[in-house]
Amino acid sequence: MLQKYANPKRFLTLANSVLPWTTCATVILIVAGLYFAFAASPPDYQQGQTVRIMYVHVPSAWMAMFAYAFIVVASAVGLIWKHPVAHVGALAAAPIGACFTLICLATGSLWGKPMWGTWWVWDARLTSVLILFFLYLGFIALANAFDDSSRGEKASAILALIGGINLPIIKFSVDWWNTLHQPASVSKIDMPSIHSSMLTPLLLMGIGFTALFVTLVIIRVRAELASRRINALRAAKIHAEVAGG
Amino acid sequence: MTRKRRRLTVVLLGGLALATAAALVLAAFEDNIVFFHSPSDIATKKELGIDRRLRLGGLVKPESWKKAQDGLTHNFAITDLSHEVPVVYKGIIPDLFREGQGVVVEGRLQSNGSFRADEVLAKHDENYMPPEVAEALRKSGKWKGGADQ
Repeated sequence: MLQKYANPKRFLTLANSVLPWTTCATVILIVAGLYFAFAASPPDYQQGQTVRIMYVHVPSAWMAMFAYAFIVVASAVGLIWKHPVAHVGALAAAPIGACFTLICLATGSLWGKPMWGTWWVWDARLTSVLILFFLYLGFIALANAFDDSSRGEKASAILALIGGINLPIIKFSVDWWNTLHQPASVSKIDMPSIHSSMLTPLLLMGIGFTALFVTLVIIRVRAELASRRINALRAAKIHAEVAGG
Repeated sequence: MTRKRRRLTVVLLGGLALATAAALVLAAFEDNIVFFHSPSDIATKKELGIDRRLRLGGLVKPESWKKAQDGLTHNFAITDLSHEVPVVYKGIIPDLFREGQGVVVEGRLQSNGSFRADEVLAKHDENYMPPEVAEALRKSGKWKGGADQ
């Protein structure tokens, strides 16, 4: 199964048939999510209208971690099984994940000022997410730092695997240490946590962001494969001209 | 062993070594990673003295919050239900600050045992619900959390 989609051509056939569906899902889910987030959900009993920041902040945080987990898995597959599309996928996901992380940090800061009374604190959760942002930047920089792109892919894949240790630290930072950031609401079994009228927009936005991520990764992988093909054709043409000379 | 197998083993062993190293480092730095100390820490740990800046966190003790005439100086006590520390703060407090809620203050312990804060941060909990639901839950006695605004 894995080997089958190592072939870029087969991968493209699959990707092209999935793309219209993920695009539609993205638009529908995010439009519905935003409607619920801004119009059809109640204010919070303590935070009032400010709680609406959650519907962008929390899904971006999920996606920041999901995209990195995707990069870790793709990098491992690329390193171990020498899967050519895996490295392309990891590189395609990196700028998208970095954007989600930046959105998460920015909206978190805007939310922190009115609620906590500060834009930023160096607690374990906030700091580990900032480290995640730098890991993304490091991954992108390292992948592009070599003339030989296959060496860049290998080096950045190793960096991605090492950075993977940060994911459980982000997730459990609020349980392992006391932090200013509150613990998780959604993955908690206790009673109140999050009311269904607020969970609906949150989950719609979460699934919508996931569909957006898949759509963008497919578009970026397609573009990268096309540009590699153009380079290969160009090289072949020059080669033929020199030989025919 | 095929080359694929060997690469898989190297990645897995590397991951295991890295996870162990990270766990050891984080365990060693535990005291530096915590964001605040509780009133019980202040009472029991000798190194949290008057000579250093620290953050103190806990609940604002109900009926302990007094505003001074100038409208800026606030007196309240922070409790973790076993110990409490009286706090003095001069400045603007965040919207979410209220009695019974979590709060983190930064400043110095005074020799008289009180805490002089120069920064107050409100901590909010992980519960989100409409005001009516919070009201209904409190009425039914199923839940005694957070005061309304």
